[in-house]
Amino acid sequence: MSILVNKNTKVIVQGFTGKEGTFHAEQCMAYGTQIVGGVTPGKGGQTHLDKPVFNTVEEAVKATGATVSLIFVPPAFVADAVMEAADAGIELAVTITEGTPVKDMMYAKAYAVKKGMKMIGPNCPGIITSEECKIGIMPGFIFKKGPVGLISKSGTLTYEASNQVVKAGYGVSTAVGIGGDPIIGLSYKDLLPLFEKDPETKLIVMIGEIGGTLEIEAAEFIKENITKPVVAFIAGQTAPKGKRMGHAGAIISGGKGTAKEKMDALSAAGVHVVVSPADIGETVAKILK
Amino acid sequence: MNIHEHQAKEIFRKYGVPTPKGFVAFKPENAVKAAQQLGGDLDVWVVKAQIHAGGRGKAGGVKLARSTEEVGMYAKELLGKTLVTHQTGPEGKRVHRIYIEEGAEIEKEFYLGMVLDRASEKPVMMASTEGGMEIEEVAAKTPEKIIKVEIDPAIGFQGFHGRKLAFGLGLPKEQVNKFISFAQAVYHVYMDYDANLIEINPLIRTKDKKFLALDAKMGFDDNALYRQPEILAMRDLTEEEPTEIEAGKYGLSYIKLDGNVGCMVNGAGLAMATMDIIKHEGGQPANFLDVGGGASAETVAKGFEIILRDPNVKAIFVNIFGGIVRCDRVANGILEATKLTKVEVPVVVRLDGTNAEEAAEILNNSGIKNIISAKDLKDGAKKVVEAANRG
Ligand SMILES: Nc1ncnc2c1ncn2[C@@H]1O[C@H](COP(=O)(O)OP(=O)(O)OP(=O)(O)O)[C@@H](O)[C@H]1O
Ligand SMILES: [Mg+2]
Repeated sequence: MSILVNKNTKVIVQGFTGKEGTFHAEQCMAYGTQIVGGVTPGKGGQTHLDKPVFNTVEEAVKATGATVSLIFVPPAFVADAVMEAADAGIELAVTITEGTPVKDMMYAKAYAVKKGMKMIGPNCPGIITSEECKIGIMPGFIFKKGPVGLISKSGTLTYEASNQVVKAGYGVSTAVGIGGDPIIGLSYKDLLPLFEKDPETKLIVMIGEIGGTLEIEAAEFIKENITKPVVAFIAGQTAPKGKRMGHAGAIISGGKGTAKEKMDALSAAGVHVVVSPADIGETVAKILK
Repeated sequence: MNIHEHQAKEIFRKYGVPTPKGFVAFKPENAVKAAQQLGGDLDVWVVKAQIHAGGRGKAGGVKLARSTEEVGMYAKELLGKTLVTHQTGPEGKRVHRIYIEEGAEIEKEFYLGMVLDRASEKPVMMASTEGGMEIEEVAAKTPEKIIKVEIDPAIGFQGFHGRKLAFGLGLPKEQVNKFISFAQAVYHVYMDYDANLIEINPLIRTKDKKFLALDAKMGFDDNALYRQPEILAMRDLTEEEPTEIEAGKYGLSYIKLDGNVGCMVNGAGLAMATMDIIKHEGGQPANFLDVGGGASAETVAKGFEIILRDPNVKAIFVNIFGGIVRCDRVANGILEATKLTKVEVPVVVRLDGTNAEEAAEILNNSGIKNIISAKDLKDGAKKVVEAANRG
C-alpha cells in the first residue's frame, strides 16, 4: 500500500515535449510510472517518447483515462495549466515548476478546490511511491520500499531524509514533496491522515522550514488525530529574520514563522523533533525497533 | 522586491489614494527647489530620508522644516548620512535620496496594511487606531485593536469589507465612505501590482477631515516581476547587498551571515539544514548559499569566490546531495573551481547520492591537500567546524 499514487496510476505530462518535460518523463517511465501521454498545445496528434501528444488536457484524459497530471510548464503558464487540469477532471496535479506568482496560485488553488482536484506543489520535487511510481524529478534509486511516510517542503532534504532512513535499515512507503512556496496544494494536515490510514506506513517523517504556519497547523492536527509516531525536522533554526532563504515561502516576517515556534508546537503535540538534520534516520530506527 | 516611499506614493497617486504633494531629491539644491515648487509660503515642509527600512522617524530621518533654508539644511544633513533604525541592523543604511513633501496637519494617526495571509491564502487588510506604532507591537500587546478583513479575490473588495474596517475604527458615519474608497484603492494597488505588502503607517485624518497616506511601504512578489515593468524600473540596487545581486546573476542564492564556516549546498532546504547542523556541532555559519540544480565548475568557482570574499571564513563545507546532478560531475567541478579561484582554507566535501563513490575517488586522488572528504552530513559538519576552529 501507499498513498495517492501506485503502479496502476495513469499519468499525463503537461509541457510534455519541452526539455524538462521530456527528460523527466523519460526518467519517470524508466522508474515504472505509467506515463500514458502528454499535452503540448499545437502538437496534438504527434507521438513523443512513444506516447500520444494532445492539444488539451480534456482530450488527453478522454483518450487515456489518466487521473494524474505532472506539470512542467514555465512559471507564467502554471495557473492556466493547473486550472485546465482541474477543468478536465484530473484528480491530482503535481507541479514541479519554480517561480509561479503568488496571485496566480491564489486563483488556481481556489479553482482546484472548487473542482475537487488535489494539487501537489508548485516548486516541489513531486511524489514517489517507492519501487512503483515516481511522478516528479527525484532520483528514484534513493527510495526503497518500507514503513516510513515522508512529507517535506524541501527537495534535497527529502532525498537526505530518505537516504538516512534507508541507511538505517528501513524504507519509504510514499514521499511527498509539498513545495516551498507561500501557497501550495496538499500540506501536512492533508497528507497526515492519508498516512495514518495507510497500513504500510508505520511512522511519518515531516520536514518543515521557516515561514508560514503549516507546521503549526500540522502540530494541532497531530495532537488530535494521529496515532502513528511522527519525527520532524525544521530547517532554518539559524536563519536571520526578514531574509528569504531560497524558497519563496521561507521567510520569518514580523517575527512569525520561526523554526523554534514550530519545533515547540510539534514537541508539545508529542512529535519527536530532531534538532540536527543528521539525526532523522537514527531517530526513525530507534522508534521502529 | 521593495520600493521607496516616494515611489509607492507615486503609485498611490495614480490610483487615487490621497497623499501629500512631494518631490524626490538627490541633491540639497534640488531639495530647496522642490520646497519652492511645493509653495514658498507653506508653514511646514517635511524632509524624509528614503531608505528601504522603517523606523526613520525615531532615528532622525524625518525632519520638519519651517523655511526653505531649513529644507536645504536638513537635506545636506541627511544626504550621505548613514541612518541606523531598528530595522536596518547596526550597520545602518546610507541615504542617497530624500523626499520633500508638504507638512500635513495631523488630527489622528491610523494604521492600514495589507499582506497575504498564508493561513487563509488570501490577502488580508488590517486597520488600527494605533497609528504610528509598530503593528507587531500592537498585535502582541493589544491584538483587539487590530481590525482584520480577509478579501476573497473572487469577489474583490466590497463595501462590507470597507464598512467593517471603518466602523471598527470608530469613524463617524460621514467619514465612512471616504475611508472605504481609500481602502478600496489600496486593495486595487495590491492586486494590480502583485504586491505582497502594503503598509501605511500612519494613515492620517487631517484637521479638515481628509484621509492621507503619510507614509507608504510596498513590497512585491519577486516571481511576478516579469509582468510588472513599472515596478522593476523602480528597483534601487544601492538598497541591496552587492554580493547577493552578483550571486543571483550566476543562479546562486547567497545570503551573508556572521559566522566563520562557509557553506555551499544544493537546494534551499538542505542549505538551511546545513547552517543548522554547523551551529549544532558548535560552529557558526558564515552564509546561506544554494547553488541550485546546476553545480557546474563555473558556478562552484563563483560560489567559492563569493564565500571567500568574507574575511571571517576559516573553512568551507561543500554539501551536495546528488540527484539528477551527478556527484562525479560536481567533484570535477570542485577540482576545476580550485584552479579558477584560489582556495586556501580547508574545504570539507560531502557528496552523497548519484555516483557518490566515483566522486570520492576523484577527490581522494586529486592530491589537493586542503580538501577533506566527509562520509555523511554529521561527519562533514564535525570536520568543518573543527577545521574552522583550528584556522
Ligand atoms: N507630511 C508630513 N506631515 C506631517 N508629519 C509627517 C509627515 N510625514 C511624516 N510625518 C511625521 O513623521 C512620522 C514618521 O514618518 P514616517 O511614518 O513616514 O516614517 P517612519 O518613521 O520610517 O515610519 P515607519 O517606522 O512606520 O516606517 C509620522 O508618524 C508623522 O508623525
Ligand atoms: Mg511610518
